[in-house]
Amino acid sequence: MPDVKFTVDGKQLTAPAGTFLIEACKTNGIEVPAFCYYPGISLKAACRMCVVRIEKMPKLQTACTTPVSEGMVVQTETPEIAQARKATLQLLLGNHPLDCPVCDAGGECELQDMTFKYGAAESFYAEPKHHREEQKWSPVVYYDRPRCILCYRCISMCGEGMDVFALGIQARGSSSVIAPNVPAQMSPDDLAHVDCEQCGMCIDACPVGALTSGTYRYKTRPWEMNHVSTVCTHCGDGCKTTLGVRSTSDGSEIVRGDNRDKSGINNDFLCNKGRYAFDFANNETRITQPLVRQPNGELKPVSWETAFDHVGKKLRELRDTRGGKSIGVIGSNRTTNEEAYLLQKFARTVLGTNNIDHHRTADYVSFAQSLAGNTDRTASLRDTLTASAILLVGGDPTIQAPGTAWNIRTNVRNHRGRLYVANSAEIKLRRQAKSFLHLAPFGYSALASYFAGDAAAGSEAVGDTDALTTFREAIKAEENLLILIGSELRGKDLKKLIDFGLTLPGAKFALISDYANSRGAADMGLLPDLLPGYTPLAGNTTFAEYNTPAAPGLDMIEIFEAAERGDLSALYVVGSNPVSRYGIDPASLKDTFVVVQDMFLTETAVLADVILPAANLYEKSGSVTNSYGDLQLVSKAGDRAGVRTDFEMIVRIADKMGANMRELIPFGKGTRADMGQSRGVHSGEADRHAVWLAANNMEPKLSPFDPFAILDEIQRLVPGYNLLRLQLLSGNDQHLQPAASSNGLVQIGSRRDLVLPANDTLFTSGTLGRYSTMLSDLQHNESLRPPTGLTQIQPAAD
Amino acid sequence: MSEIANTIFSPELAARFDKLVTIYPLRRSALVPMLLYAQDEVGYVSDAVIAEIAERIGLLELDVRNVLSYYSMLRTKPAGKYNVQVCTNISCMLRGGYEILDHCKHKLGIGHKETTSDGVFSLEEVECIGACCWAPAIQINYDFHDDLTPEKVDVLFQMYRDGQGKDVK
Repeated sequence: MPDVKFTVDGKQLTAPAGTFLIEACKTNGIEVPAFCYYPGISLKAACRMCVVRIEKMPKLQTACTTPVSEGMVVQTETPEIAQARKATLQLLLGNHPLDCPVCDAGGECELQDMTFKYGAAESFYAEPKHHREEQKWSPVVYYDRPRCILCYRCISMCGEGMDVFALGIQARGSSSVIAPNVPAQMSPDDLAHVDCEQCGMCIDACPVGALTSGTYRYKTRPWEMNHVSTVCTHCGDGCKTTLGVRSTSDGSEIVRGDNRDKSGINNDFLCNKGRYAFDFANNETRITQPLVRQPNGELKPVSWETAFDHVGKKLRELRDTRGGKSIGVIGSNRTTNEEAYLLQKFARTVLGTNNIDHHRTADYVSFAQSLAGNTDRTASLRDTLTASAILLVGGDPTIQAPGTAWNIRTNVRNHRGRLYVANSAEIKLRRQAKSFLHLAPFGYSALASYFAGDAAAGSEAVGDTDALTTFREAIKAEENLLILIGSELRGKDLKKLIDFGLTLPGAKFALISDYANSRGAADMGLLPDLLPGYTPLAGNTTFAEYNTPAAPGLDMIEIFEAAERGDLSALYVVGSNPVSRYGIDPASLKDTFVVVQDMFLTETAVLADVILPAANLYEKSGSVTNSYGDLQLVSKAGDRAGVRTDFEMIVRIADKMGANMRELIPFGKGTRADMGQSRGVHSGEADRHAVWLAANNMEPKLSPFDPFAILDEIQRLVPGYNLLRLQLLSGNDQHLQPAASSNGLVQIGSRRDLVLPANDTLFTSGTLGRYSTMLSDLQHNESLRPPTGLTQIQPAAD
Repeated sequence: MSEIANTIFSPELAARFDKLVTIYPLRRSALVPMLLYAQDEVGYVSDAVIAEIAERIGLLELDVRNVLSYYSMLRTKPAGKYNVQVCTNISCMLRGGYEILDHCKHKLGIGHKETTSDGVFSLEEVECIGACCWAPAIQINYDFHDDLTPEKVDVLFQMYRDGQGKDVK
């Protein structure tokens, strides 16, 4: 759109034609207050706060609905405008209770700020305030009716933003209230409730304290918390969540999760897990002391030193007597990249084994190998918001990756993105789709073959092959298609789909996985047959300094098979619960020395000989990589006395095993005096890390417990992890493309399919979710609901 | 979507609704007339009425409730056989509308939006019913009675009790 010039408060401004005045002002640092306006949702012009004076217009105009035009002259702050806003505030305050001293929103309330600014402390309205009781709509959403200023933001957020339509407005005039979709008379407990996805976006959008969150209400005040922006630990979208933390006697407690400054990769969005499900950290059953199994079979709390001594001595002894090949290591989907990298390096260089795996929730190995040799073919989460066309094959982002689903809906609604969905289930996103292809059960393989050119496979994928042809032609006609792939497609099928996509110019890909760092775990080489960055074990020069065994190790299943045979001397499990996830017979581990680092006594932990209480992702710093390959900084928010980060524990165990710590973690001033500047590089004697640090203008890290020491090594060695420090440290996301090298490919067809999707619902999150009281409450709330199907409604016919 | 298999309405009304949703540019424009006609037949807008109208138009029940709650002439609870609507807007007020209302309350022993225990009468205070020239006026169901005095109201009520009043629907 061509730019237009206009004047606001005497300043000459420029904005693209069609921009609304309120947005143009905001972009130029002029604040026009508004309650009902919210960027990206439909316009209301209901609150009358954004009125401005525009020359040659007879009355005050609403800035939120007025597009800028050439030569427009605007005043945003005059006595006349202040008077108009003050009058509006007086009306809004007519029934608004003055309970700011106890209100959750007090201190960050838009109405409070505006009243402060325009001074509507005195009012002409002397009538008694109309009070009504508060309502509990769900375990997480409460509605305080008198506080509501009827701005409609929550209604639009729920309907347009979430495509749930659980909120409406009822009655008339000053009696109006926001009403949820389950009225009192239709509810078993005779109270009004919401039947919805419990995302809490309505609470986020509320400019006052009318909608409050079940986890946070009446707990503290906004200014009494520290606010830490970090990455949500739940699904693979890696949304930024801002955790409000408060000091307690044994650390620092997280009391609130929200999307405070909307500066993250998730823009406006945060789902229920990011918002409420941080409470696992405060669970009473959390382990806060190392436990060691005694000869009589009991677990006894011991000091950290005793525990590390025991683990170090035992692992060393088993490695030296039975060999590294007898030790298995299982990593986590929720630890940082640094921890995942350190764990596999520890396994490969200290334990001397390639028996390392993690719970794979998507086939990133095939993904990286299918894209080998291509650049700029992977999509960022941000692309889902802007792509002109999206093909979604498999998966159900509404449930598995709510941030992705939000972006897709917003894209379709605001940017007219075209969505094509191929799925064997009638997923909710089909309602946004331009075209929905209902696949036969397990039809993904046939679909991939059909796309790849096997016309005969079409009839296996769908009943109506004409629809399939139309679908394929529509996709082929799209330029710059974004292909989002669910975890249903793996191995050869995934490769076929990607090969088809690569024939489309400008097509980009993303593979959706289930946990905060599922992608990072794969990228960091928590795999028996590949080193970090999908580097083959044999014949690589990148990781030559590892001196790792060249033969692939045992995968997740084989590790437990070895245990069953009695061939596994030790198992080291970091932040994972394979016993429950893979249905392992507890008896198979009876002859294995098991060390588990976890927060809780999970099914795996109860079998362990040593349990080390671990910090969770909200209690450490480092980086994580989301499903799309977007790297973000994790900042420490909460703290709990008695737990340690997985990073520190790995380092201490390695130290107790007598490992060369400077080789494991590059810290301090380098390992050798010769820094390689003169002849060291060629002689192979150089401290490559120190040389690399110097070349990149970076200082060596001073502590072996500093995750950034490992991040330096990741950046130096892992292909594709060439990150920008400033971007990372600013809390911004950056898209990385760790594509596999095209030589020395592991044959995709011969690899075992070990992908086990988590199958989490909106209210579960693996083992971790079981320890979140709020998620349990939401599951219970969901089970109470009569199957009305209110949320899976058809859109209105018009 | 308009043809509903197990309709709760009479065949005539169901047929009327089938047509009603087709005559507007937007289906949802049929909502308010449908609510009114349904109320006239059923006596009030029940949850079943809301469900069927939502289905007929293709709206959420919540949308129907949103509109329904806006209009004071739509009821969600049964009214009496004869719904007495007393106007207290300005013309009626000046000519004794409140006296009429108080008299009705006293005579029937019920208040605003209430129904007598025998279910014959219900009482409502309403805004202007458009009979200002002959104020004070009341409307019983869809029938007007104007230029009233408390005595005339007594006669009216007796007439309705005797089953001689018009029951215009």
